[in-house]
Amino acid sequence: MNEMTTASLQNEANAQAAQTAGRAPQNRPRNRRGSEWQRNKYKDKTTTQLSTSLGWLSIGLGVVEALAPRKLSDLIGVPEQPLLLRALGAREIASGLAILAQPHRPAPVWSRVIGDAIDLALLGTALRSANGNRNKILVTAAAVGGITALDVICSRQLATRTRSGQQSDESGALRVQKSIAISRPPEDCYTLWRSFANLPRFMKHLESVREIDAKRQHWVAKAPLGGTVEWDAEITEEKQNEVLGWRSLRGSDVQHSGTVRFMPYRGRGTVLTVDMHYSPPGGMAGALTARLFGEEPEVQLQDDLRRFKQIVETGELATIEGQPHGERGMFYGLISKGKR
Amino acid sequence: MKANVWHGKNDLRVEQVPDPKILNPRDAVVKITSTAICGSDLHLYDGYVPSMVSGDILGHEFMGEIVEKGSGVTNLEVGDRVVVPFPIACGDCFSCQDEMFSLCENSNPNALMAEKMWGHSPAGIFGYSHLTGGYAGGQAEYARVPFADVGPIKVPDTLTDDQVLFLSDILPTGYMAAEACDIKPGQTIAVWGCGPVGQFAIKSAYLLGAERVIAIDRFPERLRMAREQGGAETINYEDTDVLDALKEMTAGRGPDACIDAVGMEAHGHGLQAAYDGVKQAMRMETERPIAVRQAITACRNGGTVSLPGVYGGFMDKFPIGSLMNRSLTIKTGQTHVQRYMRPLLDRIVNGDIDPSFVVTHHIPLAHAPQGYDMFKNKENECIKVVLKP
Repeated sequence: MNEMTTASLQNEANAQAAQTAGRAPQNRPRNRRGSEWQRNKYKDKTTTQLSTSLGWLSIGLGVVEALAPRKLSDLIGVPEQPLLLRALGAREIASGLAILAQPHRPAPVWSRVIGDAIDLALLGTALRSANGNRNKILVTAAAVGGITALDVICSRQLATRTRSGQQSDESGALRVQKSIAISRPPEDCYTLWRSFANLPRFMKHLESVREIDAKRQHWVAKAPLGGTVEWDAEITEEKQNEVLGWRSLRGSDVQHSGTVRFMPYRGRGTVLTVDMHYSPPGGMAGALTARLFGEEPEVQLQDDLRRFKQIVETGELATIEGQPHGERGMFYGLISKGKR
Repeated sequence: MKANVWHGKNDLRVEQVPDPKILNPRDAVVKITSTAICGSDLHLYDGYVPSMVSGDILGHEFMGEIVEKGSGVTNLEVGDRVVVPFPIACGDCFSCQDEMFSLCENSNPNALMAEKMWGHSPAGIFGYSHLTGGYAGGQAEYARVPFADVGPIKVPDTLTDDQVLFLSDILPTGYMAAEACDIKPGQTIAVWGCGPVGQFAIKSAYLLGAERVIAIDRFPERLRMAREQGGAETINYEDTDVLDALKEMTAGRGPDACIDAVGMEAHGHGLQAAYDGVKQAMRMETERPIAVRQAITACRNGGTVSLPGVYGGFMDKFPIGSLMNRSLTIKTGQTHVQRYMRPLLDRIVNGDIDPSFVVTHHIPLAHAPQGYDMFKNKENECIKVVLKP
């Protein structure tokens, strides 16, 4: 029992649920044995292979720029500016290392796109200068343009599949999925979630949810930089102790929908699975801003579910807020970030 | 109230801080009568445990009287005399229901931070860094105890504080370490470190049927205590080659089980100890794993290595080859104290063990920083310090 992993817990619950529902839940293995975990964050191998190649290209080019700037200037036909080329080389090496460290993340590849734009701009300047070799520069610019296209393609592909449990579709809407095992029966979990007014107790980004009637609620969520966003939502799917679905009403500022499934586990517990979609206010820019402030949606959901589990299992939320302490130093703000 | 507050490496101050309050229904507030300095507190004092923050109140071995309780605590009354276990455990989750209380899934408010460091989060612990919750500790006049309906155990007035205080940590820790060795009659157990946990591991090994216990340290007073109180044979590693001696003492086979009651700040001598000292000082490894390497290497083929000693992060030159090729078993973990309090209290009541023998110093809480210094440097033959608020 001790060595039972969450994945196997979940697969087992999925298998049970699949039996009762007569079909496997979407995106999940039908059988517990001999099945492959479908939501693999490194699944798209071609894209990470491309980003890894781009990373090595960056480093190779960077080393040449840094070590042999004069020879390179001659080769590509630009006027000799060794200091500038060395700086560009350093940038390439940094980009390359960042990509190789996280080949599945889009941000380092985007840094290459920005670098390409700088390079193209500089080549344009060189083209207009008197002592450049026009033909060589044009060939170089064509090559850089081709690589820029590759960089853009690669970063876009990476952006659609980032971390486990988090994807975004073409419209820029985020999709977040998480599961958690809870040592209480599905009824208890369902009852707590069905009273939507309870949601802000464990969903940290929610300020309040007011139930307008049996089917509709008014949601108020915290937005980055201290603002709030509000919308009305309605229940779209409801099967007691099994599943709850909701969706924001047409015309809301925020497009949000979610499904939570309560799957019995060995008669003594629940595997709860949440699948949420939302288009944050401000579209992708809003999502990126939120991420800059440390609110990764899938990490946030994982922590929300942990708090939900605490309430269901223990009746309270573990906290240290309000306990005594001595005088805090200047770094306390850093470590206490994100703490209740 | 007064509390012993951490302000950085080797910087503790006893300060005036606000009194604790009930924050959750299952909380209680305890007025502390005795609180001890643990060997693992020295890892915090020496700055080797990450995520300590200036202003944190230390202490995870304490007992006292319930002075206030939340509505969810029905098994205790105000006025009850209780010992508080160091791991905070809800009693309701998967781990607690399997009696693995130090792995409680619900008591660490900073579980996310622990998951980043260790993959999964263990339970919250009093006064033991923000990785384990950042809870205010018990080296104070009062402490808030979460899940008070699960942890604290009532103790009879016929026993003194010194006799029951160590139910909070080190007695169960020494006991669990010995229990993990799965001792069969006639077996030989070796114990690295003759601090309080080592002393209790020696006693527990005999209680669980060991024929011989061999204890290893370098301080004469600790080795003497292991011989006189514990009945162990002893090796002073400054005079004797430990691996050689253990082989010789066990007819070449090695001890059946080895207990590392030292942990991350082991001392040693020679090139290896110098290597780990430099790497730890440069923060290139978080541990000085001299004791655990010896424990693994010394253990007989197919034996068990039990680690009650505390480790925090990553170590170098872990003898995985010796471990694998010789079919060794490693058992470890923060102690599931709640599992052992009742049976060990029974053993104290019936006279099997009187844990008070490890106490060498009683000092006022106000002098806690001096107590840490004395304990760290083993001055005045210091083995265990009990603070009195």
